[in-house]
Parts: sequence; C-alpha cells; structure tokens
Amino acid sequence: MAAVEIAGYKGRTFIAADAVRWGAVFGFAALCFIAGDKHPWLAAYPDSWVVPVADWVNHGMDWFVERFRDGFKMLSALLGMPMHLLQRLLQWLPWPAVLGVFAIVSHRAGGWRLAAFTTGALLYTLLVGYWSEAMNTLALVGVSVPLSVALGFGLGLMGFRWPRFERPLQGMLDLMQTVPAFAYLIPILLLFGFGPVVGLVASIIYAAPPMVKNTMLGLRSVPEELVESGLMSGCSKRQLFWNVEFPAALRQIMVGVNQTTMAALSMVIIAAIIGGFNDIGWEVLMTMRKAQFGQSLLSGLVIVLLAMILDRISWGLAFQDSGPSSRSRRRRYGYPAAALAAVLLSLGIVALIPEIRTAPETWITSPADLLNDWVNFVLREYAAVIEGIKNAVLFYGMMPFRIGLSQSITPFTWGIEMSAEVVAVYLALVGAAAVWCYRRFGWRGIVPVAIFGAVLFYGTTGIPWPAFMAVIALLAFEAGGLSVMALALASMAFILITGLWNEAMLSVYLSGLAVLICCVVGGALGIWAAHSDRVSSILRPINDALQTMPQFALLIPVLMFFQVGELTALIAILIYAIVPAIRYTEHGLRTVPSHVVEAARQVGCTRRQMLWEVKLPLAMPVIMLGLNQTIMYALAMLVIAALVGTRDLGQAIYIALGKADAGMGFVAGLSVALVAIVADRIIQAWSRKRRAALGLAAS
Amino acid sequence: MPTKNSSSISSTGGGVKLACHNLWKVYGPSPEQFFPGRQGGVPEAGPCARDIRAADHIPAVANVSFDVRQGEIFVVMGLSGSGKSTLIRCLSRLIDPTAGGVYLDGDNLLDLDERRLIEVRRHKIGMVFQNFGLLPHLTVLENVAFPLKVQGVTEARRHKRAMEVIELVGLGGRENAFPAELSGGQQQRVGIARSLAVEPELWLLDEPFSALDPLIRRQMQDEFVRLQKLLNKTIVFITHDFLEALKIADRIAIMRDGEIVQIGAPAEIVLKPADQYVAEFTEDVPLTRVIKAADLMESPCADLVPCDGTHPDTTLEDLLPRFAHHETAVAVTDGLGAVVGQVTARSVIRALAENATQRHR
Repeated sequence: MAAVEIAGYKGRTFIAADAVRWGAVFGFAALCFIAGDKHPWLAAYPDSWVVPVADWVNHGMDWFVERFRDGFKMLSALLGMPMHLLQRLLQWLPWPAVLGVFAIVSHRAGGWRLAAFTTGALLYTLLVGYWSEAMNTLALVGVSVPLSVALGFGLGLMGFRWPRFERPLQGMLDLMQTVPAFAYLIPILLLFGFGPVVGLVASIIYAAPPMVKNTMLGLRSVPEELVESGLMSGCSKRQLFWNVEFPAALRQIMVGVNQTTMAALSMVIIAAIIGGFNDIGWEVLMTMRKAQFGQSLLSGLVIVLLAMILDRISWGLAFQDSGPSSRSRRRRYGYPAAALAAVLLSLGIVALIPEIRTAPETWITSPADLLNDWVNFVLREYAAVIEGIKNAVLFYGMMPFRIGLSQSITPFTWGIEMSAEVVAVYLALVGAAAVWCYRRFGWRGIVPVAIFGAVLFYGTTGIPWPAFMAVIALLAFEAGGLSVMALALASMAFILITGLWNEAMLSVYLSGLAVLICCVVGGALGIWAAHSDRVSSILRPINDALQTMPQFALLIPVLMFFQVGELTALIAILIYAIVPAIRYTEHGLRTVPSHVVEAARQVGCTRRQMLWEVKLPLAMPVIMLGLNQTIMYALAMLVIAALVGTRDLGQAIYIALGKADAGMGFVAGLSVALVAIVADRIIQAWSRKRRAALGLAAS
Repeated sequence: MPTKNSSSISSTGGGVKLACHNLWKVYGPSPEQFFPGRQGGVPEAGPCARDIRAADHIPAVANVSFDVRQGEIFVVMGLSGSGKSTLIRCLSRLIDPTAGGVYLDGDNLLDLDERRLIEVRRHKIGMVFQNFGLLPHLTVLENVAFPLKVQGVTEARRHKRAMEVIELVGLGGRENAFPAELSGGQQQRVGIARSLAVEPELWLLDEPFSALDPLIRRQMQDEFVRLQKLLNKTIVFITHDFLEALKIADRIAIMRDGEIVQIGAPAEIVLKPADQYVAEFTEDVPLTRVIKAADLMESPCADLVPCDGTHPDTTLEDLLPRFAHHETAVAVTDGLGAVVGQVTARSVIRALAENATQRHR
C-alpha cells in the first residue's frame, strides 16, 4: 500500500522489524482486495464451509435436557417457592407498610435525604399505577440477590483459598461478564421451561461475577501484617478468616453486593422478555412493542427509580457498616423495631380503614396519554427535521462505515456518482493524511491512516476476512505478543467457521462507530471535566444515573423519536457507552503526577502544550482502560439494541431466544464474548506495557 | 563463618531462651535443591549464598545463627532488603524457613505441627508489627483482648486482663476508641499492649517505631525501655535505625544480604566494627554516649579510692567531667559498692584515639 512505499521511499538505512511486519500485512490485505473479484471465497466465507457447531450444541442440549429434565423441574419448583412466597407477601402487605420499611432502611443507609428520595420514588410508582408490577420485580430481585451473593461469595472464597482454582475461575468470570444477557436466557429457558424462574436463575448466574471478583479482591488486599498479627495472636484458620480476613475485606465485599444487586435487577428486567410474571420490565416491553411511548416512559422511569433506590441503599450500607457509629444501640435495635412498628401500624390502619389498600386505584393519574399526545405532536410538527437528521447521519455517517464510500456514494444519497475522479480525490486526501501523520509520528502514524482509509472506502462489511484477520492478529501481536495473537486468531476463526462472520462484522461496525464517537465526544467532555470542577460536578450525577439505569430503559426515549432502526441502536449505545470514556479520561488527566505538571509549567508549557505534550501521554494508559470499558459497554448495549432492529450478532441472539434455539444462541453469544475478550486483551496488554514504560503504578 | 564476633557476653545473664541454628530462607523456583539430605537439615558443607544467587535464587536469610538469653534485648539491625524482616518471621514461622533450626526453650519450632504451633503462638510468643496490624473494626479494648478471645477466654476475664495492659502502656481511658481515631504512637501502644496481653515469654518486635515521627519515636523508645525494666522479657527487636539499636540493645546483630556480619554489644560494634560496612554505620555515632565504664574497665590499682565509685553502665559522657577535674582514675563499683575495676583518663583517650585511627584508615 501507499503507506509502505512512502516508508521505503524515505530510504531509511534501518527499517525496524515491526515496520516490515506491517508492510507484509498491508501487502497481504491489498492482495486479498485485488484477488477478491476472482475468488469470491475471499470476500465472503462460503456457506458450504460453515461448520455446524450450532447444530451440535442443539443435539447436545437436547440430550442433556432429555436426561435431566426432572432434576431441573424439581430445582425450578424449589427456587420458585421462595419467589412466589415473597411475591405474595409483598402483594399482601398494604403499600404504606412497604413504603415505611423502605423509608426506614433508606434512613439507615443514607439519612433523611435518601429516605425522602425513596419515599418520593415509591409514591410515584404508586400514583402512576405500577405498584403491583414493581413489587413483583422486587420479589424477583429479593430472592435472586441473596442467592447470587452466596454463590459469588462461595466461589470467591474458593478462588482465594486455592490459587490453582483461580485461573480457570477468572477465565469463566471474563466469559460470563462478556456473554450477552440474552444469550444466558436460552439454555436456562430450555432447562427450566417458560416462566419467571428462568429470570430468577439467569439473574442469579449473571449477577454472581462481580461478587466473586470483589470477594477475591477484598480478601486478597487484606494487609499482610494484619494476617500476620492474627496468626501471632494465635488464630486457627477458621478464626483467622472470620475474625481478621472477613471483617477487613467486608467493605470490598459490600461493594460486590452493591454491584451484584444492580446486575441482578438489570437481568431481571431483561428476563422479563420471557414473560409470565407481570413485572415492571414486562410492562415496559409490552408498551414499547405497542408504541405506547407515554406508558413505557412512565414505567421505564419506575425501573430507573427502583435501580437508584437499590443502588443507594446497598452502597450506603456498604460504607456505613464499619466504624464507631454502627455500634450504637439505635442502629442495632432501633431500626428493626421501627420497621416492625411501621408494618404493624399500617396493618392496623388498613384493618380500620380498608379503603386505604385499594385507595390508590382511584388516585392514579397517569399522564401517559398526555405524554403520548405530546410525543405525537412533536413527531408530527418536526417530522421533517427528524427525518433530515436521520438521513444525514445514515448517509454521511453510518453507511460509509457499513458498506464503504465505494458503495454509499450514489446520486440518491450524496448527489454525486462514484466516478474515478471522486476516487482520486479520496486517495489524495488519505495520502495527505498519511504524509502528515508520518511527519508527526513516524511510520507508525501511517498504520491507523491506512486502516481507517481502507475501512472507510470498502466498508466494514466489504473487507475480505483474511485481510481483517491479518490486521487484527498483528495488532494483537504488537500489543501482547504471541499468546494474545493466538487468542485473537482462534476467536476470529471460531466466528468465521460457525458462519457468523457477516453478523460479527456488522456488530464491529455498529459498536466500533459508537466507540469512535464515544472516544471523541466522551474524551472531549472528560478533558473539559478534568480542567473544570464545575463541569465535573455537573457530569458526575449524569454519569451516575446513566450507569445505574438498566440498559433497557435507555432505549425508550431514543425509540420515541427515531423509531426502529440502526440509528436508534447507535444512539442508545452511545448514551450508554460514553460514561466510561468520560470518567476514565477525567480520572487519567486528574491523576497525572503533580510534580510532572509543575515541572512542565516551570519550563513554560502553554495550556495546550501541557495537555497534548504532558498530560495526555501520561494519562493514556488510564484512558485506554476507559476505552476498554467503553467497548464492553457498547457490546452489552448492542445486544439489547437488537430489540429496536439491528442485523448483527445481537439480533441473531434475539432471534435464537425467540425460537429457543440454544445452538444459535450459544454460538452467537460466544461470538460477542470473543469479540469483547479479544478487544479487552489487546487493550489491557497495551496499557500494561505503556504503564510499565512510563513507570506508573498499576491501578 | 559469616559471624565474625560472637564471643561477646551480654550484661544481663541467664540461660539461652531462643536459639537460631544455621537458619536459611531461600526464595526461588526450587530452593530445596541446595539442601539435600533430610528435610530442614543443613548438610555438613553448607551451601554458599553466592552459589544460590548464581542459580537465580534469593537467599533472604543465609546461615544465620545466634542465641538470645533469658531477659536479653537482642536487636537485629540492617538496611531494607537485608533480610531482617524475613528473619523475624522465620522465628515465629510466619514464614517457614528452608533449612536450619529455631529452638525456643530447647524445642525446635520447625518440628511443630499446625496445632502445636498455634499453641506456642498463643502462649509463648508476642509480636509487634511495623504498621501496627490492628483490626480496624474492633475497639482498642477488643483489639488488645483479641489474642485471649481466640483462646476462648471468657469476655469478663479477657477484658480485665486487656485493661491491665492498656493501663500499662498508658492508654487508659482510650479503650473504647477505634484504631482509626488514634495517633500513630497511640496505635503502636495498642499493638504493644496486644502483644503483651497473653504474657508471652518471647517478645518479637518488627521495626515497631519506624512508622512514627522522630519525636514520638524517641518517646516510645524510652517507654519501651521502661516496660522492659518492668517485664524482663526475652526480646528480638528489628530496626533499621542504628541509633535506636544502640539505645536499647543488650546485643546487636548486624545483617547484610541475609547474613549476619557482626554480633556484639553496642560499644563493641562501635569500637571494633568487623568491616567497612559496619564501620559506616558507626561513623556518626556520638562515642561518648555509647561507651560505658564497663567497656574501658581495667583491673583496679591498690591505691584506688573506692568511695565515689561509678556504676559499670555509666556512659563516658557522664564520666568525662570528672576527668576534667584532675582525677586520673575513677573506681567502678557494682551495686553493692565493691570495687570491680577502674577507668583511667588514659584508657578513655586510648579508646577514642583507636577509634579515630580506625576511621581514617
């Protein structure tokens, strides 16, 4: 390619080995493009070569289900029992009792402010008429969280105790956290049959990893000296654990409980897609399907409020439960007593005035129709504007990335023909960019320009698979050596031979575009926030809210205005995945060692120089970890976005879920996980290398 | 033998309480290879630290031997990375040594199984840590009572005993505070109290005052000396501060790269450093505060006036004014007033001069 020629033309006497490698890979890629016309198997992996892994999985699954159906039926009944019990209890309790208990627990966790917030949120739920649905959701969460916490704690403890067990466990956790939520549901569905127990089991499994991780982290970061002092005090192993290690790790473990609670809620909502429990997630989904956006917005808000309540309460309990204040009598006996009093009092009131129990029915003043009218009004009045935005983004932004400029420039979209002149202009622009990057960064600067130029011209889906694999493999090799390269190659090979390459490329396109925008916009916001406390304090609660919100609820407002389609998916992914980009950029910039900043200021750096020459290079490892998170978030949301109509791996999983096709669900779900894991390994390896080179401590 | 001077006799007598014989702790992929023969035994021709290093292993503790007598303060001094922390952990088996023996009252600790080791830790050994190692979720009282709690002592009894030691270390009144509410010095007092709660016979202190401010550190050293006068424990004390070692030690062992370079009384180390490495530590030491009458003592002349004699522990600093007032010899008397020797102006000058020439060599 042009890039390599320029490097050669400069006539360097010494060309580094990695420059040769990139040259070879680009040469190979160019060959694939050229030969693609004659050998169609290069451009698209032939269907006849697909290995029917999905069918094998289905056969295996059938055999397994056949064999163990009775066992799982029993387990299902066993798990269903406490769930239905809790559901009945929550439904039977009059609303003032539930409200009172929640307010009291909130006060314990976060004082009057949180108590007020909880009360307000539950009153809202009551008044818009979703009380019973919310209670059903709480019943699911209430059963799944303790089980998930127990499971996670047990596994974490095992990982801590037996180092040999740790590596496989860590691998399993990585997989569990990257396999999309929908994909979990399919095998569970087959094993447990339709019904709410599926959601329960899925959320128990899905929510356990953060608990495992935090348990191990907490136990492992107990100071060595503390353990030694425990040993020297004469502790036996068991005493050491319960008296020294566990209390010292408790805070971190409680962080795990918090994260597990949030994950469980999020999965319970997602699992609503299976139906059968009449919970709040189901309500949102139904109204979304019926395009009753007013209703879905109102019920979506209930989910958000529930998430915030659970988050704040579990967080508050985590960070209050140690230290002097937790010892007071009031905390030990006062709160349970108050809660009991609240329940008894409301039961008494209901006994005296039975109307209270049902009264809210008459109070409900759902503004849903009003909202619907308003949305319709906006859609009608500004139809042209919305349509214009949609088309502009599609034609000029999204399509070039998907099918490439070579196909998206047509008189219909861009108003011009894709002529030889246009190609020449494009090549000239790419060449200019390459030269500029070469001047500034050396030959390495040319690599991204060449990749970007090729992707933009041929589109993500237009790249021959061997070329794509070669570039990614070399990237992996440069970042993390042979092992990461082997992982990348094996993952891509799996996706290829199972026949999901095209879907995977569509996923890469959609999430890649989203990540790109997140990096630019989120990075800019992060830089701004790092330099302005005010911006930072404005962004923080927004980020918090976006992160606690179940992914599901994010779709609603976007869907309202942009209807079903790729653009809606993109925007939803953007909103969800931008948070880590902002956070890590700000954190990275703010934690640049102050003596370096002082030294730079002393030698006379301007603000711009300070940012580009000093702070950003030093913050880059942290920012790259943010990029990593952004990719994970984007992929997670990508799958959820299948609900609003995409054509990628997420959709394949969603369809598999609808057909209860375990094989397809497994293959597609694993493919998403592999994409995530490969991206994660490459970035982590790079970040680690960079951090070591900069002499920064690992964080 | 790395130990160049082990003949020194401590001033406080008594039998051997703790003995450490040819102790090794080697880190690396397969440390056992250097110690063929039976588990834990050291072969006749022991391995050499240099060979071990050449084989990419790290000898953190290399062939360390010493005896600590009943009631003695034995200080191990070394820079960071010299292996002193590993050594003290080998003594209590927080780290299992690769080879050698640790004998407490003649019993080899390395032969103990898990259960008996716990028993020894519960009743015989107390340990103080550099960063205190306090349990953050327990109050001062509960922290101090913790070793008794794990033994199964009833709450009333353990709290009573804990209060006694809390009073002893001067923290009375703060027993219901949490560690985070205390200053560093106070926290270490809690650590000391906890290690004393079970009335251990052997007291291990791992850089107990290193994390404290200089002023507090000095105060704590004085406090420590006061406590030891009261309790008379057998002590192994780790420090990287040479002056601290001089101040509190009966005997000092100087460690370097896992080996003991010299063992001796403070004055001996200062006056006769075994090598250049040790001499560098002694360079800034105010000699007059280290050298004591006992170190300069000669046999008494017949015409010595026994009255107005001085104690063997008197430092040179306190003796010098007397020579300034044209006394040529001062009698050294024991506690009962019997003359045991004399110190002459000449011997004082000789000691100082010897030291000066040694330094300028």
